[in-house]
Amino acid sequence: MDFGGINPVILIASLMVAAVPIMLAALGELVVEKAGVLNLGVEGMMIVGAICGFITAVHTGSPVMGFLGGAVGGAALSLVFAFLTQVLLANQVATGLALTLFGLGFASLMGQGYNGIKPPPTLSVPMGPLADIPVLGPILFDHDWMVYMSIALVALVWWVLKATRLGLIIRAVGESHDAAHALGYKVNRIRLGCIAFGGAMAGLGGAYISLVRVPQWVDGITAGAGWIALAIVVFASWRPWRVLIGAYLFGGITVLQLNLQAAGSAIPVEYLSMSPYLITILVLVIMSSGRGRAALNAPASLGQNFHAAR
Amino acid sequence: MTRPELLKIEGISKSYPGVRANDDVSFAVGEGEVHALLGENGAGKSTLVKMIYGLVRPDEGKMTFRGAPYTPGKPGEARASGVAMVFQHFSLFEALNVAENVALGMENPPPMRELAARIRAVSEEYGLPLDPARMVGDLSAGERQRVEIIRCLLQDPKLLIMDEPTSVLTPQEVEILFRTLRQLSAEGTAILYISHKLEEIRALCDEATILRRGKVVATCTPREKTARELAEMMVGASLSPPERHPGEKGEVVLGVTDLSAPSPIPFGTSLKGVSFTVARGEVLGIAGVAGNGQDELLLALSGELRSGPDKVRIGGHAAGDLGPAERRKAGLVAAPEDRYGHAAAPDMSLIENAFLTGALRRGLTKNGFIDWAATKTFAEEVIATYDVRTPGSHVAARALSGGNLQKFLIGRELDQTPEVIVINQPTWGVDAAAAAAIRQAILNRAAEGAGVVVISQDLDELLEIADQFAVLNEGRLTKPRPVQGLTIDEIGLMMGGAHGMEVAHHVEA
Repeated sequence: MDFGGINPVILIASLMVAAVPIMLAALGELVVEKAGVLNLGVEGMMIVGAICGFITAVHTGSPVMGFLGGAVGGAALSLVFAFLTQVLLANQVATGLALTLFGLGFASLMGQGYNGIKPPPTLSVPMGPLADIPVLGPILFDHDWMVYMSIALVALVWWVLKATRLGLIIRAVGESHDAAHALGYKVNRIRLGCIAFGGAMAGLGGAYISLVRVPQWVDGITAGAGWIALAIVVFASWRPWRVLIGAYLFGGITVLQLNLQAAGSAIPVEYLSMSPYLITILVLVIMSSGRGRAALNAPASLGQNFHAAR
Repeated sequence: MTRPELLKIEGISKSYPGVRANDDVSFAVGEGEVHALLGENGAGKSTLVKMIYGLVRPDEGKMTFRGAPYTPGKPGEARASGVAMVFQHFSLFEALNVAENVALGMENPPPMRELAARIRAVSEEYGLPLDPARMVGDLSAGERQRVEIIRCLLQDPKLLIMDEPTSVLTPQEVEILFRTLRQLSAEGTAILYISHKLEEIRALCDEATILRRGKVVATCTPREKTARELAEMMVGASLSPPERHPGEKGEVVLGVTDLSAPSPIPFGTSLKGVSFTVARGEVLGIAGVAGNGQDELLLALSGELRSGPDKVRIGGHAAGDLGPAERRKAGLVAAPEDRYGHAAAPDMSLIENAFLTGALRRGLTKNGFIDWAATKTFAEEVIATYDVRTPGSHVAARALSGGNLQKFLIGRELDQTPEVIVINQPTWGVDAAAAAAIRQAILNRAAEGAGVVVISQDLDELLEIADQFAVLNEGRLTKPRPVQGLTIDEIGLMMGGAHGMEVAHHVEA
C-alpha cells in the first residue's frame, strides 16, 4: 500500500508525532493572545524549553522530569517578557522578537557540552491488543504519552475558555482591557498568568523536540517551529480545536516533505517548506477580506498594553 | 419627608499631578433618594463616583455607608456592600454575549443557564426586554445600557450610580429609563445620577449637589430652581445663547444622492441610500443615536470612504470618487469625532497638526518643502482666534485638554476658507463656555456663506444651530425638515422611537 514510496499509515502516524511541538506551543500562544497579548517570542521560549528539558532529563534520567524542566524553562523566559511588557509597558512586538533572539543564543550557550548525548527514551504507551489492529493500531494506539496529553490539553483549553469563569475573564481582558479594569479585574496580573502559561506550553513543545522528535541536542534544534506555531494561531482563528487541525495539517506537510525528499520526488522540497506560511498568508487574506478583525475573531485588544492611568 | 441616611461623604479630597480633582467634598444621599451630581466636564464628578465605587482611593476624608465606615479597596468590595454603577462609556465586551457580560460584573455568578433565566425575569420586571444570548456588538446603544442596568439590578443594589446615562438615548428611551429609575427609587434603592442635562435632573431628581472645579458650590432641590439658575451655578457665570444672523440661502454647495456604502468599521452600520443637499449659508443638523452610521457618513463625506463620482457633488462637481486631499482642494473640510488619533496626531505638535490638514488650502508648502514659518503663523492664528489655552504652539496635541484641543481642531478647519464644513460631534466632552464658542464660530462661517453639516448626538445643540434637521437611523437618513416648528416628540419618532422597546412598560401604559 505505498504511493510513490510513501506508506500512508506510517505517514499519518508520524505526522501525529511531528504535530505535537507546534500544537503545544500554538495552544499556549492562543491563550496568551486571547488575553490580548502578542508574544512573538515563541521560538525563543521553545528552544530554551528544549535545552532545559534535555539537561534535566539527562541528569535525572527521567523523561517526565525532562518535560517538567522544559516547561519551567519556557515559563521562566516568558516571565522576562511579562515583566518587560506588563510592568515596564515595553512594546510587545519588539520585546517578543528580542526574546526569540535572546532565547536562541541563550539556549546555545546552555547547550555547550551536551552535543552527541542521548536522552533517556520516552516509550510508547502500552495499549495491548489495540496496537495490533491493522491501520488504526499504528495510527492511534502506538504513541508516547505526550501525544495523547497534547490532545487532552487542547480539550482542556477549549473547555476552560468556553465554559469556566476563568476563561470568561481571560477573554474579557483580551476583548477590552478598559472595560475589564472598570469592572475591577487586575488586567496585567491576569495577562501575566496567561503569558507564563504560554511560556510553559512552548517549553513543553520544545522539550518534546529534543527528547522525542530528534532526540538529541543540536543548536537551533527548533528550526522555526515557533514561527509555525504563531501562524497556526491565526490560521485557527483563535479556536483550540482548529489549532489541532492546523497542527496536524502543518505537521503533515513537514513529514510529507521529508518523505518526498527521501523518496526522491520531482517536486523541489522548498515549495513544501514554504507551504505552511503560504497557507497562513492565504487564510489571512481570505478571512480579512470579510469584515475585518471581527470576522477574524481576533481579540480586540490584541497587542495593546494596558496602563490604569485613569 | 426625611429619609434615613444611606451614604454620607465627608471632606473627601483627591489630587492628581497638577490637578485637585476633588477638594473637601461633602454630601449625603438618603435611602430611595434620586440624588443628582451636577457639574461641567472636569468638575470632578467622575473622580468622586469612582471613589465611591472603589476604583480610586481618596487622599483624605471619610465615607459612611448604611451607618458603617466605608472604604472600598476595589469594585468587588463596593458591589458586595450594595453599590452598583452604570458607566458613561459602557464597560461592555462587544464580542461576548449578554449573559457573559452580566456574569463578568458579578461576584459569584450562577451557572449560565440559571443566569439567563434570571436576566429574563429581571428584564421583564423592570420593562427592559433583553435576550441573554445576543452578542453585545449587535445591540443598539439603548439596549447596551439595559445590559449594564440589569447587571447592576441582579445584585440587589442599595445605591445605583449612573454616569451620564442618557447621552446616547433617544427621547423615548430616556422616558423609559426614567420610569425604571422611579420604580427602583420607590422600592428603596437610592440613585446617584450624574449629568449636565438640567431638564432631566429637574424632572427626575429629589436633591442635587453641584460641583465646580472639584468643590461643592451648592446643594439644592432641583424642582425649585429653573434650568437657567442651575446652569449658572454649574458654570459660575451667566451664559448667553449663540447669536444667529440668518443670511440669504445661496446655491447648493454639497449634494449627496442615494449614497450607499458598506461600513469599514467592525460592528459598524452601512449607509443606505443617504440623500440631502446643503446650500450656502445653511446648517444641516444630523441627529441620531451613536452607532447608526454617523462615523460612516463622516468618512463618506470627507473622502476616506469613496463612492460613485455622482453620489457626492461639491459645488456642482462630481466628487464621490475623490480622496480627502482632493476634496479639500474642492473646498470641503471635515472634522471627525475622535480627537486623539483621527482628527489629530496626538504626539505631534500643534504646528505639525495645523500643517496636516491646512497645507493644501493655506499653501503651507514651498517647492515641496514645509514652510515652517507660515505653518507656525497659521497655528498661532488659530490659537489666538479660538482662545485655545496652551503654553504654546510647540506642545503636543495630546497635552491639551479635550475642550481646548477641540477648539484648535475646529478652528484649524474653519480658518481654511472652506465652502463646505462637515463636523461630527463638535462639542462632545467640551465644557459649556467652550461649546458656546465653537457653536458661534460655526454659525459665523455659515453666515459668511459656507454650507455646514453638523452631526451630533446632542439634540439641544442641533436645535440651537441648525436650519434643517435630519436623523440617521440604522444607516438611513430621514428627509431633512426645517428646525422651526419641530417638537421633541416628532424628533423622537424620526429617531426611530425606542429601539425594541415597544413591549416595554406596556403594563403601566
